[in-house]
Amino acid sequence: MTVLDMRDVRKVYRSGDADIVALDHATLQVDHGEIVALLGPSGSGKTTLLSIAGGLLTPTEGTATVGGHDISGYNAKQLTAFRRDNVGFVFQSVNLVPFLTAEENLLVVDELGGGKGGKAAKARARQLLEELGLGKRMRNLPAQLSGGERQRVAIGRALFNNPKLVLFDEPTSALDTKIGAQVMELIRSEMKSRDTAAVIVTHDSRMTEYADRTVRIIDGRLGAAAAEVAVAP
Amino acid sequence: MRVPRLPFRELRRQPSRFIVATVVLSFLATLLLFLGGLLDGLYLGSTGAIRAQQGDVIVFSSGARDSFLRSRITADVRAQVEAAEGVEEVGGIGFVLLGAQVPGESELANVAVAGYELPPEGVPQPPADGEGIADSSLQDQGVGNGDTILVGPAETPITVVGFVDDTSYLQQGSVWVNLPTWRAVQNANRPDSAVADDVVQALVVKGSGGAGLPASIDAATAEATATLTIDDAVLALPGVKQQGDTFDQIIYSTLVVVLAVVGLFFSLLTLERIGLYGVLKAIGASSRRLFAGVVLQAIIVAGISFVIGSLLAMGAAAALPASVPLQLIPSRFVFTFVGLLVAAILGSVISLRRVTRIDPASAIGNAS
Repeated sequence: MTVLDMRDVRKVYRSGDADIVALDHATLQVDHGEIVALLGPSGSGKTTLLSIAGGLLTPTEGTATVGGHDISGYNAKQLTAFRRDNVGFVFQSVNLVPFLTAEENLLVVDELGGGKGGKAAKARARQLLEELGLGKRMRNLPAQLSGGERQRVAIGRALFNNPKLVLFDEPTSALDTKIGAQVMELIRSEMKSRDTAAVIVTHDSRMTEYADRTVRIIDGRLGAAAAEVAVAP
Repeated sequence: MRVPRLPFRELRRQPSRFIVATVVLSFLATLLLFLGGLLDGLYLGSTGAIRAQQGDVIVFSSGARDSFLRSRITADVRAQVEAAEGVEEVGGIGFVLLGAQVPGESELANVAVAGYELPPEGVPQPPADGEGIADSSLQDQGVGNGDTILVGPAETPITVVGFVDDTSYLQQGSVWVNLPTWRAVQNANRPDSAVADDVVQALVVKGSGGAGLPASIDAATAEATATLTIDDAVLALPGVKQQGDTFDQIIYSTLVVVLAVVGLFFSLLTLERIGLYGVLKAIGASSRRLFAGVVLQAIIVAGISFVIGSLLAMGAAAALPASVPLQLIPSRFVFTFVGLLVAAILGSVISLRRVTRIDPASAIGNAS
């Protein structure tokens, strides 16, 4: 079943008198439990695509449907609620709240959703951190964690609300190769065990081996069949 | 919306970020309380004798420009006032400001000898000739119960037979005496402005007729009188209105500085947090929630500053000599607290536009 369904999506930015086409009639479907790597050079439009898929931007043309919600016409308030309840994000650089412990960084998601950080929420945060190998680091602040640990906390935060879709923006670019590979392994196993769909934006072709499918993007256009590479799980 | 925990945690875990603002606001709170305390001290010390009056209006002679010391009411005018519509009870009143020798004290005490007929609040019926009820502020100048003070250059004796609170007149402790004693003191020590036996400076009038009573009295005396409400008579005392206006301007200017400090501080803090706010918005925080956090922090910082400022102001008040008319009264604390809160909220509103404009898409860098 399709979790992300983007059809004929265009995104045009106005810059002075010129229109800049960041995405040009892009169509992409991602199913439950499927991991798609979006590979492209800098400025190719991959971040724009990720932003539209995650409800951070709205398309100029076309439709984006996530988990059955057509978010193409959502206003800012609707998009805020949509992101909170339906999508997980893992960003490129470390984006944890610096004055919150690992556990509290996960509970932020609960707070944003109106939760009180009660027993159930805390139990879920602890369980996730245990799974991510951070059982003994729950009470540490981000500054006390390594880069890989911080990114694992970010993955925990993205998974906290059981989203149908998790979007990764260059999740290993700030990590060395070995730690990056470990994080990618973790991402793959977590997504597969939860049957959660994932789109991973990267410009590093080595990372594509962790994806089920790789889609190339150049100049805002998604690659044709020849560029779409099936990778054995 | 639930009270967000994030702003509290930041305050608790990163207090150093808020120290500068708290220190500056604490000093401003001290300044506000200090200025307000001086204003209140000056106001209370100048006006107690008039505020304590239990009449509805005070009648001055028309040429006196609302001054007790210039005003003279003769028996004829008094009779006209008593006959005016709405007038129920009339009492004469008069003041004379003098120095007084206090037994066992080398310094003269500053006293306001006040003659009266209708007892002000807390003051008993007029005492016998040569006796007086002293304002309790005179105790600081060595006056005790039973003391006979010698008033003015003529050294007119007055024996203190009791004390009453908050009845000072123009920063001098009142000594409440009957009208004949007041006239004796006035005529012996201020012969240039002596008063006849049936003359008083002004009249305190109880009556009905509400707002129409002053006009009714002045009409009955063919405009030989100028009648003021008690509140207006308080403001007509020399310097009271000017002091109030001056201090109020300084106090409100200080509150504008508080607003600017809070505005600037939280604007800078918001600027520092743009990246964090972008991420929080991306994962589902609304601008409203983030802005509420800024306002909440501003309120907490203002509240802590108020507590520190209050302690500093109370310490300063205890250390100052009694001659400084600083009085910290509960209503001044309430005013300062509310003023700080309002300034903090308005100051934090400056950050609203910046918080609203943060684009959640910025969390994943420049869209490319």
